[in-house]
Amino acid sequence: MNIRKLVPNLIYTLVVAALLYVDIRIFLSGHDVLGFSLLLLVALGAFVYAWKGAYAYRYLFPSLMAFGVFVLLPLIYTVYIAFTNYSAVNLLTFHEAQKYFQRETQVTVGQSYQFKLYPLAEKTESDPSFRLMLQGAPAGTNLTAQTFLTGSFVLPPVNELQLEVRAAAVADTNALPKETPLAMRDIIKLREPLKKLRVILPDESQVAMIGMTSFAPSVPVWVLDEADNTFSNRLSGEIIRPDFKTGFYLTRQGQRIGPGFRVTIGFKNFLKIIEDESIRGPFATIFVWTVMFALLSVLLTFALGFLLAVLLEWKALRGRRLLRSLLILPYAVPAFISILIFKGLFNPQFGEINTILFSLFGIRPEWTTDPFLARSMILIVNLWLGYPYMMILCTGILQSVPSDIYEASAIDGGGPVSDLFKMTLPLILPPLKPLLIASFAFNFNNFLLIFLLTNGAPQIVGAQSVVGYTDILVTYTFNLAFRDSGSNFGFASAIASIIFIIVSILSYINLKAATRKDEQRA
Amino acid sequence: MIRGKYQKLNLALVYLLLGAFIALTLFPFLMIISISFREGNLALGKILPDKISLEHWRFVLGLPYENAHGQIVQEPSVVLMWFWNSIKIAAFSSFLILLLSGSGAYAFARLRFKFRSNMLTSLMILQMFPQVLSLVAIYAILNFIGNYIPAMGLNTHPGLILVYLGGVSIYIWMIKGYFDTIPASIEESAMIDGASTFQTFIGILLPMSLPIFAVVFILSFISFIGEYPVASVCLVQTKQWTLAVGANSFLYDQNYLWGRFAATAVLSGIPITVVFMLCQRFLVSGLTSGGVKG
Repeated sequence: MNIRKLVPNLIYTLVVAALLYVDIRIFLSGHDVLGFSLLLLVALGAFVYAWKGAYAYRYLFPSLMAFGVFVLLPLIYTVYIAFTNYSAVNLLTFHEAQKYFQRETQVTVGQSYQFKLYPLAEKTESDPSFRLMLQGAPAGTNLTAQTFLTGSFVLPPVNELQLEVRAAAVADTNALPKETPLAMRDIIKLREPLKKLRVILPDESQVAMIGMTSFAPSVPVWVLDEADNTFSNRLSGEIIRPDFKTGFYLTRQGQRIGPGFRVTIGFKNFLKIIEDESIRGPFATIFVWTVMFALLSVLLTFALGFLLAVLLEWKALRGRRLLRSLLILPYAVPAFISILIFKGLFNPQFGEINTILFSLFGIRPEWTTDPFLARSMILIVNLWLGYPYMMILCTGILQSVPSDIYEASAIDGGGPVSDLFKMTLPLILPPLKPLLIASFAFNFNNFLLIFLLTNGAPQIVGAQSVVGYTDILVTYTFNLAFRDSGSNFGFASAIASIIFIIVSILSYINLKAATRKDEQRA
Repeated sequence: MIRGKYQKLNLALVYLLLGAFIALTLFPFLMIISISFREGNLALGKILPDKISLEHWRFVLGLPYENAHGQIVQEPSVVLMWFWNSIKIAAFSSFLILLLSGSGAYAFARLRFKFRSNMLTSLMILQMFPQVLSLVAIYAILNFIGNYIPAMGLNTHPGLILVYLGGVSIYIWMIKGYFDTIPASIEESAMIDGASTFQTFIGILLPMSLPIFAVVFILSFISFIGEYPVASVCLVQTKQWTLAVGANSFLYDQNYLWGRFAATAVLSGIPITVVFMLCQRFLVSGLTSGGVKG
């Protein structure tokens, strides 16, 4: 076999082997469905690159995979979440919630261990690691040693429920770490993460922190009945059963016991938009503003860009290249930088725009607290950001407008203004149509501008979640999922699904407009 | 004669209008340059500072500077780190995007296979959905990948690059459009002479398409530099942030550092702007063929 064949074959084998290795680990961790799906994909990929008949797909496979995993799959998953109650309250899957109850332990009073926490110096400040030493008289257990020491561990972060650490018996006190144990005041600072520690002793019994100085044995609170997935309380005998309609475990009296778990809830998230008063009002406000914002942005940027493009076509004008470059400048600067510059300049208290307005006219407009002014500010900034693009587009298309029609019009006595509206505009609008629709769709989802400039402010009072007058649908959705304390992923995904539908209608119309343009050309 | 005079008057008027408009347009840039030399972060300064302070510039460049309490401080520059992160991520992503979209576009432009036109249309329509909307899912997917391949999970640059590769289809469309304008006859005759499909792609079509690859590289590079939402959710640690995420952190309501931001904006804005202006003529063709800068 020559080298030209060997290298691709080697790469092929290595890639397939690496993917299979990952796949085996996925299977081993209990994700059967995902492991199986990945196996199918790997098989498909291996097949595409091995079989001559699938030759064209060899060129396509990598990009289709990237697109599939990071656009298509998230899209499908988002639509699926829209039909669930996934949120901060119902965060876990049923399986995870069950595990949570199984792990819930109660500390028994009576025996306890004194503890010392040794900070380990070698790790960086950001996640310091520790070793824990327990010392005590475990009467009534089958432990013979008195002193136990854990391996090094990092304290669990806020979002972690608990951390299990194993401890081994220590016979010789010389084996204890050389570092100085933490003082009481440092222990107090760390008490929240420390409470999440479950130290497993050599006899598999668990101990947990009960006070600033001691750990004590903890036993599971709930006993699972595998037959009907109910739990009974070891102490009180109370029985809780999972309710798959609401996503909670319920007591016999119907009381909810947290944490909730994810269940599908049908169209409830969508109905909320119509039925719930505190959502319907703000949603309507945002929807109308989103459409208005996108429409006005396209109209204003187009009007200005068109005007400038026509002016720059004027042959009598000197230095047109320099003028054009200066006019394109706002487009050349990365948008996030310009938007943030405007955010600062428009700041009502110490922004430079108000400083100038005050010294000239004695006014300080409330750009961030007045809904109308905030919206005007957004349109001004977007006009600034967007007109160069329209100017570039119009300049490009103006090149193809024949100049003799203007001469003909001049003979007929047409002035420049009537030329502009009766000839130039009707001539350049049809080829621009798909690009204008694309621009509308882009602004409809112009997350960056709104998020960086106002992030929705000013707030709508009385709304159920954090939502403001300048929010558009995408920022509303983002904030529902990532900023609101409820992390309402289900509801956010429902709104995302609605945006999907609107955008796909837009892009379908766009595609129709674009193909019609091609047909006309042909 | 009268007509000429009339035109001169008009010309003067247009110059005046354009001049005023350009002055207004450039106002934010001039302001931000002046603010970056101003003392302190909040001080209500004059438009032209009467005392030039290099405090913010020394901060963003990682040089020792005197802080508000009169102490001399020197810390490694976070801004330069973010800038480097951004460039690294954007360069890698754009390079991979070129590989993916180039080969994908070749299949769509030159090869015949099942579902070809359906796939092209679906790619176009599905690409219109912004990734912001499915961030919950993207977060979950990255988290899952990170459990098995830690180097590609959340809070890693390779993970973010992977997510960015999903944006490949708009570039497939751009490159395919360019391939379509190159007649296939040369490749066909090479095939008759015994060249394989892959050889004609690499040896004939690619060298003829270098301009569009330059356009795609620059456009995707700029769009990745400016990407905010995905980076802000996927990158948690300050050290990992990109410039867009970091720059925004200077203007949080509770910690408003106007001067620091100004120096950051000027420092990072200038190179990107210069690249864009230099490639302007190239880019215009790419922009009019359907790309909207984000």
